[in-house]
Amino acid sequence: MKTLLTGNEAIARGAYEYGVSVAAAYPGTPSTEILENIAKYPEIYCQWSPNEKVAMEVGVGAAIAGARTIVTMKHVGVNVAADPLFTAAYTGVRGGLVLVSADDPGMHSSQNEQDNRNYAPFAKIPMLEPSDSQEAKDMVKLALDMSERFDTPVLLRITTRIAHSQSLVELGEPIERTVQPYSKDAKKYVMIPAYARTRRLFIEERDKQLGEFTETVDVNRIEMADPSFGIITSGVAYQYVREAFPDASLLRLGMTHPLPKQKIAEFAAAVDVLFVVEELDPYLEDRIRALGIDVIGKAFLPAYGELSVSLVKTRLMAALGMTSEAAYDSANDVASDAAATSDCASADSCAACANVAAEACQTAQPIQSAQPDEQSNAVIATAEPFDAPVRPPVMCPGCPHRGVFYTLRQLRLVVSGDIGCYTLGTMAPLEAIDTCICMGASISGALGMEKANPDLARRLVSVIGDSTFLHSGVTGLMDIVYNGGTSTVIILDNSITAMTGHQHNPSTGKTLMGKDAPVVDFVALAKALGVRRVVEVDPLDLDRLKAVIKEEVAAPEPSVIITRRPCALIVKNTETPLECVGCKGCKACLRLGCPALSLDKGTRKVVVNSALCTGCGLCAQLCLFNALRKAGE
Amino acid sequence: MKTGMNILLVGVGGQGTILASKILSHVALAQGWDVKMSEIHGMAQRGGSVVTQVRLGEKVHSPIIEPGEADVIVAFEKLEAFRWTHMLRPGGAMIVNDQKIEPLPVLIGAAAYPEEIIESIGQRVGRLTVVPALDLATKLGNPKAANVVLMGVLASVMDIPRETWEAALEARVPARFLELNQRAFAAGFETK
Ligand code: SF4
Ligand code: SF4
Repeated sequence: MKTLLTGNEAIARGAYEYGVSVAAAYPGTPSTEILENIAKYPEIYCQWSPNEKVAMEVGVGAAIAGARTIVTMKHVGVNVAADPLFTAAYTGVRGGLVLVSADDPGMHSSQNEQDNRNYAPFAKIPMLEPSDSQEAKDMVKLALDMSERFDTPVLLRITTRIAHSQSLVELGEPIERTVQPYSKDAKKYVMIPAYARTRRLFIEERDKQLGEFTETVDVNRIEMADPSFGIITSGVAYQYVREAFPDASLLRLGMTHPLPKQKIAEFAAAVDVLFVVEELDPYLEDRIRALGIDVIGKAFLPAYGELSVSLVKTRLMAALGMTSEAAYDSANDVASDAAATSDCASADSCAACANVAAEACQTAQPIQSAQPDEQSNAVIATAEPFDAPVRPPVMCPGCPHRGVFYTLRQLRLVVSGDIGCYTLGTMAPLEAIDTCICMGASISGALGMEKANPDLARRLVSVIGDSTFLHSGVTGLMDIVYNGGTSTVIILDNSITAMTGHQHNPSTGKTLMGKDAPVVDFVALAKALGVRRVVEVDPLDLDRLKAVIKEEVAAPEPSVIITRRPCALIVKNTETPLECVGCKGCKACLRLGCPALSLDKGTRKVVVNSALCTGCGLCAQLCLFNALRKAGE
Repeated sequence: MKTGMNILLVGVGGQGTILASKILSHVALAQGWDVKMSEIHGMAQRGGSVVTQVRLGEKVHSPIIEPGEADVIVAFEKLEAFRWTHMLRPGGAMIVNDQKIEPLPVLIGAAAYPEEIIESIGQRVGRLTVVPALDLATKLGNPKAANVVLMGVLASVMDIPRETWEAALEARVPARFLELNQRAFAAGFETK
């Protein structure tokens, strides 16, 4: 059955037909109606988030948890969401993840006119551009399939004319909505440098595969007709071109990153004069030129505002020297110039070349861009030819975070992690973190995971530091409360921004210039956001910590646990170090990963390095034989 | 001295490699040389591997030392010395603090600290000086001054007047630690 839909409605329909389970957005014209229409399908969980970054993180979390997911926003929203987007490009997905960016050429209702196609090569993710509602729907499927096949988020870029104009769409039956089972894969989803470097290389490989895919995917189509001039175009501009020049040869690009270089070269060779017709930036034009192919583009078309059929027609005719009333004053001059540098396969049949010397016309010689070679690997891998045991960074002795990760691991919880010293909880022996995308993503990511996979809700926590919570965790917590999330947020309040070297933040009571400042009250803040369950706990008291975490994770409503203890490097430590007497060699305490504890290889007993031990007492709580105690006691 | 020198300082987070390289840079400056220093840290502040590269000479362009091009490596810890040996140029000198700091995988018994590490470094490196910097500093009253002991050793193999080094110490070390550090420097300088 065919029906008339806007591009936004068609994308929503696509989400319904192609198995999307989770959708998140912050409203923004012209993207708003996508989510409003998805909301009409009760099969799909959908929500407004407090901003685009949070929406993106909810999407990333849902995709990691195994659901097909769509996140939508207007172009400027992608600026806000860029942080999680760029790292999601590294982690990839489990269920397909599509980001819709609705751009607004002509600024019908926007503060600027940025061309978000630039985000695709910048973030290193593939991009699709539909040119009508049917394609908008079809490309939701293509994007989801590509996302899962190539393990990447996919950018679906539309513009106001696609979003808000209606065209016929063939409706189909929805496929089965499946959510892939969740399993932990820290090397893929925790982007600490060691793991991210591996994923960085994966992206290069993925790019190669996408480069092959884009040559064959049918949304990149040559529509060959009159070879005297050819036009490369994408998005709604395709429609303008088709109407202005029904007989022209076109290369219609539906996948605009990576570009099909061979297809472009093939097309360029088959036509006498080559134009690029695109709205806003010379995105295609610059890249095609970089292939060594001369094209005519922004020399005749504006790099701002929307195009139209008449604009395309008059400007191209002027360029071809086919009109007496050229829209451009100097149209003919420019036409000659353009022709002189264009790639004409045959000077004789080339209209634009009629009045220029034939030798000025050169056969198109596309240059294949250099393949990344081994060198790129060499740069990334730290050259370490000798077999030395690695020396990973570790939490300091006496770090107040250590016991929290120990407990999370003990309880086998799924841990949505964040950026700070505590990201070190990823490494052995704690190995307690499942994901780490960007600052603030722990909380919103956990919401996405829970929405994708409700079974996870009762074994899921997010963990975030005081400074990071203030950076951008607070919006995620707002989202959890607003959208009925139930997972537990643990704020590791160590009274400082520790990872970067102990800077102050709005919860420490001091400014950079040393002035006293009001202190953010996390309990009051959480309550003000609507969290009813807020508990403070001493992270060095393992029994209570464990009991509190168990209770809060079990509670079917959002809760916040604040673990309070200053960073071990900012307290003047007066505690006596521990000693180990009567060790049975069970190694239970070594699971903490405290660098002050080690196993004596000779005696197979644990020894405490009294120069490092802060006397925090965590290890003593793990020892069943009471072997670890204050020195001298 | 030849017109340029590449010096690599390697150690473990918290050992004071950065202060040491600042002293070194100051010395270069006082000699009227160009100098570039690059340090990579971040997570490495938490007991990870730390590397500082100092290049000095009449004119320095790249801030990075290529593998096989360090003239001197000062290693604050043995395993780190072992790890970075490949950076030394043939005929280059290595100064190693005879201190062992076990990384976490070793502490918890998941990996082994290489046996006879000094011997295997010796097999790869022609000019090796092993210094008990930690012991020397401890005897002077503060194990933290081991980094300056090592600077003293470095000074003794470089062709720069001792006074220049001492002036750099004065400029770079907080007054209350100066005396200790002066003694630590002297201890290093006279080890050879
Ligand atoms: S700096 Fe502070 S917060 Fe960071 S690992 Fe050390 S003790 Fe923990
Ligand atoms: S008390 Fe135990 S856990 Fe705490 S610093 Fe000392 S050795 Fe480490």
